[in-house]
Amino acid sequence: MTASRVASSAEAGHADAPLLSVRNLQVEFSTAAGIARALDGVSFDVRPGETLAVLGESGSGKSVTGQAVMGLLPRSAGAIVGGSITYGGIDLATRPVNDVRKLCATEIAMVFQDPLSSLNPVFRVGYQVAEPFRRRLGMGKREAWGKALELLRRVGIPDVETRIGDYPHQFSGGQRQRIMIAMAIALKPRLLIADEPTTALDVTVQKQIMALLADLQAETGMAMILISHDLGVVARVAERAAIMYAGRIVEIGPIREVYNRPAHPYTRGLLDSIPSAARSGGKLTPIMGSPPNLLTLPSGCTFHPRCRFANDHCRVELPKLRQPAGWASGHPVACHRSEEVLADA
Amino acid sequence: MLKSSSAQEPLLRVSNLRVAYPIHSSILRRIVGEKVAVREVTFSVNPGETVGLVGESGSGKSTIARSVIGLIKPDAGTIEFDGHDITRYSPKQLKSVRREMQMVFQDPYASLNPRLTVRDLIAEGWRVHRDVVPRSRWTAAAKELMERVGLNPDYSNRYAHQFSGGQRQRIGIARALALKPKLIICDEAVSALDVSVQAQVLNLLQELQEEFGLAYLFISHDLSVVEHVCDRVLVLNGGSVVEEGSVHEIFDRPRHDYTKALLAAVPVVRPWLEPFANGSTPVSSEASPCEEATEQKAQPREEESDIHS
Repeated sequence: MTASRVASSAEAGHADAPLLSVRNLQVEFSTAAGIARALDGVSFDVRPGETLAVLGESGSGKSVTGQAVMGLLPRSAGAIVGGSITYGGIDLATRPVNDVRKLCATEIAMVFQDPLSSLNPVFRVGYQVAEPFRRRLGMGKREAWGKALELLRRVGIPDVETRIGDYPHQFSGGQRQRIMIAMAIALKPRLLIADEPTTALDVTVQKQIMALLADLQAETGMAMILISHDLGVVARVAERAAIMYAGRIVEIGPIREVYNRPAHPYTRGLLDSIPSAARSGGKLTPIMGSPPNLLTLPSGCTFHPRCRFANDHCRVELPKLRQPAGWASGHPVACHRSEEVLADA
Repeated sequence: MLKSSSAQEPLLRVSNLRVAYPIHSSILRRIVGEKVAVREVTFSVNPGETVGLVGESGSGKSTIARSVIGLIKPDAGTIEFDGHDITRYSPKQLKSVRREMQMVFQDPYASLNPRLTVRDLIAEGWRVHRDVVPRSRWTAAAKELMERVGLNPDYSNRYAHQFSGGQRQRIGIARALALKPKLIICDEAVSALDVSVQAQVLNLLQELQEEFGLAYLFISHDLSVVEHVCDRVLVLNGGSVVEEGSVHEIFDRPRHDYTKALLAAVPVVRPWLEPFANGSTPVSSEASPCEEATEQKAQPREEESDIHS
């Protein structure tokens, strides 16, 4: 299965060594109104075969994290200004974008939210799925076409032999996303970054796509980063969750720990905002206010204007990720008042 | 939350609604067929009640909303509002009906005129319906409405782009409220909002309903939201109603296979806490005892390609 892949140092077989290690990543966007710091000190590891969910609302920096790893930040406006992204012993953050793309070609793949705008409308899907084999592995036309057929069958496109010659617009939204996934896994990547892979899809199709991703992961042993705004969609698939707010990770840990005992008031607010059967008809408990503008971030903890636990300390000092006293390890939180948040539950 | 349905006349009664879109040939644009978007749909909305329309894309939810408000002429069936059949109304007669029936749209970025200030956006309806608020009170009344929907009235001279998504949706709600309607059609009104903001807007809609006795026709693909706000629910598939009932009937004891498939697909926030094979608990709609079976039933839905997109 791994015969055709380039061996990387990350493949050495240490189960605990992270596949991808992001440290103190800083990304800035220059806009007409000033410089916005989209990511500020983001650090996380992804181990081989593991699934990390990156969760947050619009503007929290979750998509920028994926783009930064893949070298896909919008040219000229966005740039990595600090920190490191280590993959297989190489720091992607300091490499020129073209090198990163070459490396990502076979090792890291990405699935986007909107498959219709990511697929080329004027090429047959078979051609597009075969492209990585021809371009990266130098396969012949016929061989690559055969591979494409196999892949499309694997991701569940019905009637593949006839449909492989169709154009993207002839497929439904769910099928297009399956085609995108086929392209992403074509070269058997070790890490798949899926940015809102099911957001535009109906619930039944959404469930099928998540199941497909989980199946493919079980087959290939690839690691996944699932970027989503929906805390429920990723719950069955992800092992760990990182909650992002205003360009920072505010809480990270095993997904059950994070969801069952959220130690950051924001995580707790998000979970309480989800309408559920238990409180049908009653009032929801939303987070007050709205997410901050990255150009005019509040002082101290960026969440303090919306936080009911905030005190003077929160308004002045930015909290760092830390382990709340007497709390399970591997579940750090960036909040001065986590002990109170946990005690209040 | 369930209101008695037999005590009063329904505010909106839709009977045997049928809407079809023509299919044109590719070059000469001749009509070569039709795609029936809605067939034989019958339901009613009582004053003060929230009725949910759920279904996947292409199920006809939005087509129903558009016919009710008069943006699409139905091919057959009747739509009665307050006892009058509005399907036969002339545009002039429809004008007075529209005052009492307002709509809140999905995309707060696209549905507000970027060249108007918030005050003008809210007052726009008063220009058409002269008798609602006298001109001298427009600014004051607009500010009161802003306050009511949770916007700072000092910002009445700002433009829509100066507000966040949730705030824009509040402007949309204030606009709908401005004409003192009896029915508000919410077409995916909270779908584009972040979850924390979505909860704020849902709470606001509930408060306004209690305060003004509004009825809502609530259209959404998000079943958790529908379960939270609706009294009664219609499940649509391929333009037909496959199941109708109170929110408890639909979510706790779904009978139709399609409803079951839809409910089984709703993501659960903490799947590890779910009693997996227990059909009688209140959360059974989210636990999925029939997961394997519904997976297969839901499959054909995806395989049909979009012929009308």
